[in-house]
Amino acid sequence: MDAATEMKPWSRDKMAAMVADDIPEGWYVNLGIGIPTLVANHVPLDREVIFHSENGVLGMGPAPPEAEINPWLINAGKQYVTLRKGGSYVHHADSFGMIRGGHLDLCCLGAFEVAENGDIANWATSENDTAPAVGGAMDLAAGAKRLWVIMEHTTKDGRSKLVKKCSYPLTAPHAVKRIYTNLGVFDVTAKGFEVRTIVPGLSREDLQARTDAPLYFKD
Amino acid sequence: MAINKFVQTMADALAGVKDGSTVLLGGFGAVGQPNQLLDGLIEQGAKDLTVAVNNAGSGRVGLARLMELRRVRKLICTFPRSRDPVVFETLYKAGEIELEIVPQGTLAQRIQAAGYGMGAFYTATSVGTPIARGKEHREFDGREMVLEYALKADLALIEAWQADRWGNLTYKDAGRNFNPIMAMAADLTVVQTQHVVELGDLNPEHIITPGIFVDRVLHIPYGDPPIF
Repeated sequence: MDAATEMKPWSRDKMAAMVADDIPEGWYVNLGIGIPTLVANHVPLDREVIFHSENGVLGMGPAPPEAEINPWLINAGKQYVTLRKGGSYVHHADSFGMIRGGHLDLCCLGAFEVAENGDIANWATSENDTAPAVGGAMDLAAGAKRLWVIMEHTTKDGRSKLVKKCSYPLTAPHAVKRIYTNLGVFDVTAKGFEVRTIVPGLSREDLQARTDAPLYFKD
Repeated sequence: MAINKFVQTMADALAGVKDGSTVLLGGFGAVGQPNQLLDGLIEQGAKDLTVAVNNAGSGRVGLARLMELRRVRKLICTFPRSRDPVVFETLYKAGEIELEIVPQGTLAQRIQAAGYGMGAFYTATSVGTPIARGKEHREFDGREMVLEYALKADLALIEAWQADRWGNLTYKDAGRNFNPIMAMAADLTVVQTQHVVELGDLNPEHIITPGIFVDRVLHIPYGDPPIF
């Protein structure tokens, strides 16, 4: 039997659900734009994970039904959100004080590349990008207690996004602790990428073949 | 004479703004952005401006319009790639506007530092990235940090929810964002407010920006930011 033919990569929603399952109740968490935003959909309100949005919202709740939109309440991606009971508003310096002062338990970001030493590149694809846009990514990557990345395992043309060394300009060095891709979950360790989970149907060899850095297994 | 920071006209609100000014512009996207004051600045005519703001404007109104009129020499910005940034991108590609990209927390801290009377600070944000290149580095508690300078301005344009005649301000929800720190960091702080209240009506516990940081207030009850 060829296991690889049965392999079905995890969907974005499944990746987000896996991250959500790994977040303990009581953590303060910032979710970046893109797949990370989906994580909030998988944390029910009765599980008290407190979401932070860089524009000064602590205790962000889910998107409202259209009839209940508050045009004054947006998240970092400029989408309409809600404030849950106990939530608060702060100004930008306090909001980034939460980030830079190491008060967030977790930040989840998307990325172009993550290197085996934890370097992350997620803001510009070349040194002289057209109008590069960094937003809060560098603050989050450098400031949160831990940084997890959620991203596809490879680019659209099949290049591994887990790499030995980032080729794009860095967002922060040595920052990433864990990566969730559509093919597996990886911890960044002193040795390099250590595999926590593989998508069902994919062999270790096939996972390695799709990864541009050596993988380590606990056993 | 009793203190009264309310002005009656846009011309009074922006009187004396000079060419070459550095302008702090509140708001995150369209929320908390003083759009009418921006229109007033367009009308007022000051040029050769340096504008510090989170996003680079949308469409052809407000900040985008100010740039389109070639009145902005330099933009200090965290995320110029917001919704419909056509004017900025055209000018940037043509080399007709200078861009300084600043991480968002560093921008907030540079503004706050100016308001607090500090000259500079060190931060771990951007260390090891192209943004830190050429900047002074120093290690604190075993962590490499980079020197960033305070960003003091000639003018801050602020949007508030409520104001009294002393210039005490409250904000609305996520409309607070950069406004309180920008109000502290400029020589001239001009506010547009949705609501006017009597002195003493604001609960002192709920005043976010005390009037000491505010110079002029114009009542502009425009309603809610547009929903997209």
